[in-house]
Amino acid sequence: MIDKQEAKRKNLISLAAVLAFLLLVLALDQIIKPTSKMYMLLTVLQKGSVYALAAVSMNLLNGFTGLFSLGHAGFMLIGAYTYAIFSIPSDARDTVYQYFDAAVRISFPETLGNALGGFGTALGVLLSVLLAGLVAAAFAYLIGLPVLRLKSDYLAIATLGFAEIIRAIFQWKKLGPVTNGSNLLKNFDRCSTFKLELGGATLSLSTFVPVLIATVCITIIVLLVNSTYGRAFKAIRDDEVAAEAMGINLARHKMLAFCTSCFFAGISGATMAMVLSIAQANNFKSAMTYEILLMVVLGGIGSISGSVIGAMLFISASEWWLRGLDSGSFLGITAPTVFRNGFRLVVFSVIIMIVVLFFRKGIMGDRELPEVLAGLRARRAKKPEAKEVQGNE
Amino acid sequence: MSLWNTILPYILSGISVGGQYALIAVGYTMVYGILRLINFAHGDVFMVAGLMMVYFAAAMPLYAAIPLMIALTVLLGFTIERVAYKPLRSAPRMSVMISAIGVSYLLQNLALYITGGLNKNYPEIPWISDKITVFGATTARVTVITPFLTVALVFALVFLINNTKIGLAMRAVSKDFETAELMGIRINNVISATFVIGTFLAAVGSLLFFSNYPGIVPTSGAMPGLKAFVAAVFGGIGSIPGAVVGAFIIGISESIIKGLDTILITHGVIAEQMDFSTFSDAVTFVLLIVILVFKPTGLFGEKTTDKV
Amino acid sequence: MKKLLSIVLAFTMVLALAACGGSSGGGSSASGDVVKIGVFEPQSGDNGAGGKQEVLGMQYANTVAPTVEIGGKTYQVELVYADNASSNDKAPTAAQTLISSGVSVVLGSYGSGVSIAAGDTFKAAGVPAIGVTCTNPQVTSGCDVYFRICFLDPFQGTVLANYAKNELGASKAYCLSKQGDDYSGGLVNYFVQAFGAENCVQETFPEGTSDYSTYITNAQNQGCDVFFSPVSTEAAAQIIAKANAQSLGMPILAGDTWDSNVILEAAKGSDLKICVTTFYQEGADANFDAGVKAWINGDATAKANNGGNDELAAVTAMGYDAYFVALEALKAAGSTNPADVLKALPGVNYTGVTGAIAFDSIGDAKRDSAFVKECNTSTGVWDFVTVAKAG
Repeated sequence: MIDKQEAKRKNLISLAAVLAFLLLVLALDQIIKPTSKMYMLLTVLQKGSVYALAAVSMNLLNGFTGLFSLGHAGFMLIGAYTYAIFSIPSDARDTVYQYFDAAVRISFPETLGNALGGFGTALGVLLSVLLAGLVAAAFAYLIGLPVLRLKSDYLAIATLGFAEIIRAIFQWKKLGPVTNGSNLLKNFDRCSTFKLELGGATLSLSTFVPVLIATVCITIIVLLVNSTYGRAFKAIRDDEVAAEAMGINLARHKMLAFCTSCFFAGISGATMAMVLSIAQANNFKSAMTYEILLMVVLGGIGSISGSVIGAMLFISASEWWLRGLDSGSFLGITAPTVFRNGFRLVVFSVIIMIVVLFFRKGIMGDRELPEVLAGLRARRAKKPEAKEVQGNE
Repeated sequence: MSLWNTILPYILSGISVGGQYALIAVGYTMVYGILRLINFAHGDVFMVAGLMMVYFAAAMPLYAAIPLMIALTVLLGFTIERVAYKPLRSAPRMSVMISAIGVSYLLQNLALYITGGLNKNYPEIPWISDKITVFGATTARVTVITPFLTVALVFALVFLINNTKIGLAMRAVSKDFETAELMGIRINNVISATFVIGTFLAAVGSLLFFSNYPGIVPTSGAMPGLKAFVAAVFGGIGSIPGAVVGAFIIGISESIIKGLDTILITHGVIAEQMDFSTFSDAVTFVLLIVILVFKPTGLFGEKTTDKV
Repeated sequence: MKKLLSIVLAFTMVLALAACGGSSGGGSSASGDVVKIGVFEPQSGDNGAGGKQEVLGMQYANTVAPTVEIGGKTYQVELVYADNASSNDKAPTAAQTLISSGVSVVLGSYGSGVSIAAGDTFKAAGVPAIGVTCTNPQVTSGCDVYFRICFLDPFQGTVLANYAKNELGASKAYCLSKQGDDYSGGLVNYFVQAFGAENCVQETFPEGTSDYSTYITNAQNQGCDVFFSPVSTEAAAQIIAKANAQSLGMPILAGDTWDSNVILEAAKGSDLKICVTTFYQEGADANFDAGVKAWINGDATAKANNGGNDELAAVTAMGYDAYFVALEALKAAGSTNPADVLKALPGVNYTGVTGAIAFDSIGDAKRDSAFVKECNTSTGVWDFVTVAKAG
């Protein structure tokens, strides 16, 4: 009884914290203008939320189900393309498909926006995002049929291979009317166009939207991990044979984990398209998958909040804080001959190697943020108690 | 023009590419055979070998630069194993693989920093870069030499593995890690020897590869490395002849797919271009998935059973 | 406890870094008499070599005219760099770094894709950008803050097609472009339109290709008589090497990217015929040539960035002109505010070393001529062939 109340209280606190964070982002979105120096914070939040979602969805597979998949970039590509294709407004379509006769001529945000106004546009964007996830999941189902039977590193290399095949297919000229060949897709509804008209004032939503999407999706993943499915996933990770003996349908649960993970990878791809305002197959190389994997490792395999922290740290370090290493001066030290282009990435990869070798569990291990914070509070609470005892004597 | 005449140049260039993949693939297959590790950094070691040659050739004569490049590449391979893989020997396989990805990331970024992200031109090596004519097609001599040199090196390696003490130890370790250790084999020495041999072949491979395709960028090693690994899986991972056969098959298919449009058009099979060359990299992975689904142990692989 | 400590440590480090990240950009901007010009150019990746040569022009121009008078006050001009890494997905962030560091106007880029990708970022911030050698029409067409000082691909493609037909007498062209590259893909598209699609064999290669020998074989087998491949210099060097090794047997034609000493070096000593269209012919402005060469020879980094010699690339001249166009715009605006510069840019008229520069309603330069050059493979320099006009 008390446990239940306690759990309820904790959930409420988490919910409040998440809402407060979202409000803060919304406020920052209004305060910081693009020409401001602090705008990098918003850039980091935008890109970071994309990668956080990608890292969490990869963690669901690699960390919670023990399926080592390296195909993430491919599914993000599918998501990005699906979102882009179904959101390009009709008057921009011919400019974008400059060498082809566009086959898809529906734009959800535009059609719904015309019918229902601003609310419709938002609904259309949402619809495109959902479709992005669904298409990625559908591809995942087809790919999962043959590859999920494979074991550990064979699975890794097969999914990596599929990601490369997907990338080639999306660049194929014969599919040009749909995918615009290997050329980039642009002009669709993107972060810089997300605005809310409120009684004459315009609210900028360019950071709020990607953060919101990532938050909602990650919350769903947390709920999934804590459900019976999540427990089944963990059982499969810890011992496949034992899990099967306990009556867990291996094939079904593996497929479920794979498709769910790819669904969210697709959504993160769609969000990436919004943030970058372009979508191009060429950008979704296996190097992207490796980066996401390194974020997961940095945060701790098997910890969702770890993946979020890992992704945010990774993006802010590589995009923002370490930039000085590339341009001559860093931490007040000026050494243009050492601190030249590329040094940032060298320092960064050394840090990652140190984490991989010496802090194998990453920042969070397999614990979650509330757990760590609770531990912190408990320790702090203990100290005054000790004093009290002394006082009594 | 007969079909054979049209296809021949593609097959020749495919064999040449395949020979270079084979030299890298042997390194992958040996390491996997012993450590069960996909050494993602192997392709990048190959790239670093190429870059070293660029810088050494500018500073010293070739007869000094080539041995120095090979020696330092081997040292690099040895060091990577000792620093990044050895501490993780008891860790789960995934951790070691992540470490390999980390090393690959580090090597690429280091190369990016040193070269400033610019394309480096490989030095021309006299004799092997000369133009020659084979079956009426003009090409560089290195194209023709590569497959022969590859086969010779691989024969030497197979001899080493079958007839020397260290070869025996390698075979023992790849069969059963723990038992071999109990039998008094110094596991670490055997593993180091494997890395030394693998990186030596990668260094020779880089010499041939970059003489043939003389541009090096930090990501130059990634795709050839991945393809070589696929070749190793295709041939049956752990099997050296398998890796070589796999590499030649992959090299030839890649070359043919790039020319498929031309072949089909000149023979009137298709009227317009299908743009098959888009799939020049993807075809490797299609082959991989086909083999994994139908014969997961590869062409020459031994069947293994799962132990509970 | 140890874990906790490491978390705390990590966060303090993060905060410390954030603090210095914030402060490192500050420094000079507070003093008020500095105007910042953003340099949005690839310093690494496929187009790194070309980007560096373009930046050389701006740096040299910066030594020639280090100050500018804006609204009666003399400002020191500071170039702020961001590397877009020749990659469309890195371009928006690189652009944002420039905007956040408070630049008044941005120059660049070499390569069209990155400019198209970053256009939206510049637009959202209202910061004007002056494209230097991005020739794809889409750079300016959908983006009202983007201007450019070079000619466009429809023009260049037509010029090249006419040259192939009339001067080289070609009847069937082999066109090779890089997948997903707006520059080569766009240029090939306009070339094919002008040359006739039925007489063209079009192929693309994926990024990271190292084996170009098959494409050479394809061109030979399909009986083409001109090889058109306006790709990056990195790929170009390899294509030339393979074309030489396999005795290509037809002239190679390319666009402005090939006007680089990388090509000269690769082609030297071969028996290939290589023709390019470009923006500038060495010798058109003797003062500029002598000045920039003296500067390159006197600066080791600059010389290394130019490929180790003082052979001038047209993009260097373009970079030089772009810098002065930016100064003109700043003078006309009378303020360092990006919005004012944006308003002033359409009215700028400037005669630079590469010719007269004025913008049309879309923001494109009004240019109607291109130089055609041929590579002299025995001496390793460009020989001037003709000035080509549209039509």
